Amino acid sequence: MATATKTPVLSVEHVTMRFGGLTAISDLSFEAYPNEITALIGPNGAGKTTVFNCITGFYKPTGGKIALRHADGMEFLLERMDDFRISQHARVARTFQNIRLFSGMTVLENLMVAQHNKLMLASGYTIAGVLGSGRYRRAEKAAIDLAKSWLEKVRLIDRADDPAGDLPYGDQRRLEIARAMCTEPRLLCLDEPAAGLNPRESEELNKLLRAIRSENDVSILLIEHDMSVVMGISDHIVVLDYGQKISDGDPHHVKTDPAVIRAYLGVDEEEEEKDALAAKAVAEALGDQA
Amino acid sequence: MTAQDVSAPRAQAYDWSAIIKDLIGTAIVSLLIMVPMVAYKSVITQYSLVLVSRWTEVFAVLALILATRLALHLFVWNRAPSPVTAAAKPAGTAKATLPEKIGPWVFPVLVAFAVFLPLIFNFERRPIDLGIYILTYIMLAWGLNIVVGLAGLLDLGYVAFYAVGAYAYALLSTVYFPYWFGDGVVPWAFYITLPVAGLLAALWGVILGFPVLRLRGDYLAIVTLAFGEIIRLVLINWFSFTNGPQGITVPKATFFGLPFARGEGSFSDFFGIEFNRIHYFVFLYYVILALALLTYFVTNRLRRLPIGRAWEALREDEIACRSLGINTTNTKLTAFAIGAMFGGFAGCFFATRQGFVSPESFVFIESAIILAIVVLGGLGSQIGIVFAAIAIMGSFELFRELSVFENYLPEGTDPVHFRMLAVGLAMVLMMRFRPRGFVTRRQPTVFLKERKAVSGDLVKEGHG
Repeated sequence: MATATKTPVLSVEHVTMRFGGLTAISDLSFEAYPNEITALIGPNGAGKTTVFNCITGFYKPTGGKIALRHADGMEFLLERMDDFRISQHARVARTFQNIRLFSGMTVLENLMVAQHNKLMLASGYTIAGVLGSGRYRRAEKAAIDLAKSWLEKVRLIDRADDPAGDLPYGDQRRLEIARAMCTEPRLLCLDEPAAGLNPRESEELNKLLRAIRSENDVSILLIEHDMSVVMGISDHIVVLDYGQKISDGDPHHVKTDPAVIRAYLGVDEEEEEKDALAAKAVAEALGDQA
Repeated sequence: MTAQDVSAPRAQAYDWSAIIKDLIGTAIVSLLIMVPMVAYKSVITQYSLVLVSRWTEVFAVLALILATRLALHLFVWNRAPSPVTAAAKPAGTAKATLPEKIGPWVFPVLVAFAVFLPLIFNFERRPIDLGIYILTYIMLAWGLNIVVGLAGLLDLGYVAFYAVGAYAYALLSTVYFPYWFGDGVVPWAFYITLPVAGLLAALWGVILGFPVLRLRGDYLAIVTLAFGEIIRLVLINWFSFTNGPQGITVPKATFFGLPFARGEGSFSDFFGIEFNRIHYFVFLYYVILALALLTYFVTNRLRRLPIGRAWEALREDEIACRSLGINTTNTKLTAFAIGAMFGGFAGCFFATRQGFVSPESFVFIESAIILAIVVLGGLGSQIGIVFAAIAIMGSFELFRELSVFENYLPEGTDPVHFRMLAVGLAMVLMMRFRPRGFVTRRQPTVFLKERKAVSGDLVKEGHG
């Protein structure tokens, strides 16, 4: 693969996440490359959102390493960082499966909150801001301009002064992506961005994501069930099942991988028995190791 | 649209069986309430306890209730919304309502009234005292509004910071300043202590903030409640430091070093006017007005800064905040600290106005009243708080004043005792008619084309 020679922007190495006795992810390793769209797919309960929560610091993985590299060579070990520091310093932004907008604030305010750290610095940690410094006013104007440019891209500029909670569902999804992009991320993690969208809106989302990828220095990591989105825009797909990686490669490779087909469509009984035996053997082998 | 459409609601026949059922129900409920409370009255005569029956009154009241209810059925509740008017008012593009039209004028008018209040009332003592009293609570409520209304952290121990401010002034001006700098500094003590009291209260805000960072909702409320009580109990029991329940007598503030007294070097002497006790109260009035306005403008500016937006974002969704790189720990601590700071300023002022501080002034009910003002005003709304403070504190004073009730009350009952009843009634009425407070709409902090208020239904209340 051509991408293999590039330095990955994100490398997840042997990550395991256990909740009590439940192993949500076991020994997962994959990589995401600069300016590519990497999709994370798998049946329900495969552990995709858990992977996201580990990458964005909402969970601390039980074991393993998650490294994020910037173009300038800076490297961050995400499993050791607090969630807000991951966003602030490592520049990983995310959206949520169930939309989490600030519904009582306007669309524009949502995008201003996303630029908090930059503005905080410009306001001299509030002190200069209270005294009405010109530097803060200029920074705020620049922040509004950035917000405006993203609102134009997601076609919400006419609703800038409306409360975010008043927007229709599809608009809220796009606003959440715009808000994440306002943090100027290097890695954008989207948790089911097409959930609840109609086919036309999904097609629009594809265009938006492609535009984001080509116009910004950002890689996209995507959880999605909508195969038209996944197959249409992904450069690279990682398939999870029961917390383990079962396939990894370009869309064509994944589509034809028998392991993926088995995970999604099930198997004949005969084959299943064979599988169960194999799984048992593997489990025993692992048990011996432990 | 024809005439028939317009007259349609009138043509609607009365549903008599429903009305009669409702009236019977009303009568039963009324009697259930009235029979034990009105029908019999126990009277203590010289020799025995006599039960006096008052059935005439019961039936008079019942008749009144039923007549009112019937009138409501016949003339008010039967009107279905006219299709014509309903169509004329499409939701969303409603014209500017009355509150929106007068909105920008409310605050300037209030400030103008406040500035000229001593003049309007011809420098009388009562209205100025009442003004000081209400303004103190407005300032406290504006301070608490930062924590509860903006950041969405329920704080039931706010009075602790008020106490810290008051005791900071009391102790520094009577013990520490004379000891450190000599007696010459005492006339200036108020001006030196004011920022110190604010800073100390802010420090205590952070000290309270740390342990409660991980708590939310009810748990946060309980811990802050306990914190308020701890401060009060320490003030009572640490006798050697705070003089315990006996309290501390505090020196009066001066007009930038000029005392309000008779004789040479005093305020009246310096300005060549005749000594009058009212000067001191007018001075205090303007001090608290200035402090309250400072609170208002600083809070308003903070709302437009990243810190203020982060507070409101925290109230809306904490997890989303963290995903955007906002340090929620610091954000909560600054909310506690800045809210506490204004409480400290108010406490310092309270100490100098009273001339005396004791732990009795900082009981839980004070926290509850301040919180009630914030909630009644509408979480996050500064103007609403002004009206709520006037309503609640004003009604307290009203009950102190009113001798009208005395004729109707048993011998020896003081109308003052009914003031909590008034607050309770106000709260019940509020829950019924304005469940989100006087001002429910949130003003956005930044806009591109036009400032559109956000409906209260969308604004979250925070979960701690």
